[in-house]
Amino acid sequence: MSLAQASKTDMPYQVRSLYRSLLRQGNQFAAYNFREYARRRTRDGFRLHKNEKEERRIQELVQEGLKTLQMLKRQTVVSQFYQLDRLVVEGGKSGKQKGEEGGIVRQKDQGWD
Amino acid sequence: MSHIAPSAARQALRIASRRYPSSAFSRVSARAAAANTTTGRRNYVSETKPSNATVNVESTIKADQKAFLNQTGTRPEDATMPTTGMSADAMMSPAAGILKQATIMDEGTRPIYLDAQATTPMDPRVLDTMLPFMTGLYGNPHSRTHAYGWETEKAVEQAREHIANLIGADPKEIIFTSGATESNNMSIKGVARFFKRSGKKNHIITCQTEHKCVLDSCRHLQDEGYQITYLPVQSNGLVDMAELEAAIRPETALVSIMTVNNEIGVVQPVEEIGKLCRSKKVYFHTDAAQAVGKIPIDVNKMNVDLMSISGHKLYGPKGIGACYVRRRPRVRIDPIISGGGQERGLRSGTLAPFLSVGMGEAARLAKQEMEYDSKRITALSNRLLEGLLAMEHTSLNGDRERHYPGCVNVSFAYVEGESLLMALKDIALSSGSACTSASLEPSYVLRALGNSDESAHSSIRFGIGRFTTEAEIDYVLNAVKERVTFLRELSPLWELVQEGVDLNTIEWSQH
Repeated sequence: MSLAQASKTDMPYQVRSLYRSLLRQGNQFAAYNFREYARRRTRDGFRLHKNEKEERRIQELVQEGLKTLQMLKRQTVVSQFYQLDRLVVEGGKSGKQKGEEGGIVRQKDQGWD
Repeated sequence: MSHIAPSAARQALRIASRRYPSSAFSRVSARAAAANTTTGRRNYVSETKPSNATVNVESTIKADQKAFLNQTGTRPEDATMPTTGMSADAMMSPAAGILKQATIMDEGTRPIYLDAQATTPMDPRVLDTMLPFMTGLYGNPHSRTHAYGWETEKAVEQAREHIANLIGADPKEIIFTSGATESNNMSIKGVARFFKRSGKKNHIITCQTEHKCVLDSCRHLQDEGYQITYLPVQSNGLVDMAELEAAIRPETALVSIMTVNNEIGVVQPVEEIGKLCRSKKVYFHTDAAQAVGKIPIDVNKMNVDLMSISGHKLYGPKGIGACYVRRRPRVRIDPIISGGGQERGLRSGTLAPFLSVGMGEAARLAKQEMEYDSKRITALSNRLLEGLLAMEHTSLNGDRERHYPGCVNVSFAYVEGESLLMALKDIALSSGSACTSASLEPSYVLRALGNSDESAHSSIRFGIGRFTTEAEIDYVLNAVKERVTFLRELSPLWELVQEGVDLNTIEWSQH
């Protein structure tokens, strides 16, 4: 089904949209471990139920997902208010490639042409 | 999709959102922008693109670095200039220096958390259920006269039910305490004192590898005139069932054996011990702080009479724990804390609703996520263990089979554990339990396994939890390999071992 003909009430569309929102919202965690966990758990949770056929069950799962999304929206805000230093394992722009050949300069430079 | 966060919160979110310093290029880009505006004039010469006129930083730096390497044989970032003390990288090309500074600042400094046995981070979902009780719902759950009390009481009872579901108990059998230490004290001292009152049984059996709070409670009771048997363990950390059976006497009141050891992660045969204790009509207490929420537990199947649970070991808040006290057949204990008679009179004092609710939610999540988590933790643990045991002269402490995978305790021979911990500053690790981490004594648990002092001194415990990632495990493996090799290179003992000298045959001269 193309996206154009998908309506708002259409279940697959809703599920996909929920999936995207969960991933996007989970990415907002300032803490590395929570961010990674949110992404992993969302992905694995949707994969686990990808063959779900029963309408009622899907409805339940979507409701659960919506609740999680609300929780994520609150908790990511909390997480961003209390930011700490980043972990050593988190690559910043350097991506942990300290001093390797050309590894440091990987920034996308804006405004050249 | 409805927007739940109100606009104020979103505004705050935008302000607080992480911003990287983008100043590294700002000067250059300002110039480029200026160049753009001046070329707006019409002219008949082919246009000069700003990209043609400017130097490409990336390729220039690369070329410079290559030239330096050819000339000196060392990489510019490794060489330090004698006059300024800056690296050659920064001296040669200021842009590269600035960039390097910027990227290093951008890189994190916080250590990786790999000490899940000491405590676990609180799950955001747990915090989310706790927050209402820290703000608006502040009623005393024991107030029966108004709605403030009713709503918190309802939430606390709900939490109790979640905890009971996790261990297969009845909600009425769960007593909230301040933590597993209090639960252990309450169980051991409570049972012992109750029996002392009736005057028959005054013997308690425990195990040498128990947590300090169990051992210390027993020590305390010993001073009061009780008899205590400290069972030894086998070299794999497990209790010998025959030995336990032989130790049980007619006057034995209580057997206390922990489910999962906090230092080596071995899982004791709780089910068999429970069966034995039930057949001998002895109460069985188990310290399951490290086990609840991580391995499946059923108090009825395991015939457990008393069980200690900790909130902060299952991604809940610190400062709360629970004690399971069986009702049928009823376990009578003498309460340590007397007062208003809350919690069936076993632990008086006003409950903390937000902590209780947090622990309840943590228990609910633990039940819901147990399958997913244990699969993942097992995979990570295997990855870590394989990597560590692939190094030479390393060994796993504790039984390999009856083992909770989230706790990996490995001995690195010929390396001092504390110095390895110092070398691994970027990883939060411990050589044993957090309670004893202040002293440099070798771990008594590892000594009880029959390990030598050297081996006990050189062990490190890696704790893997729900939020550990693969990248962290890889980082740890790399760091440990690198620094163990480095420390061994420093060690004269290692040199002797490499030469094939057996260290036990050396007669060290007397001083």
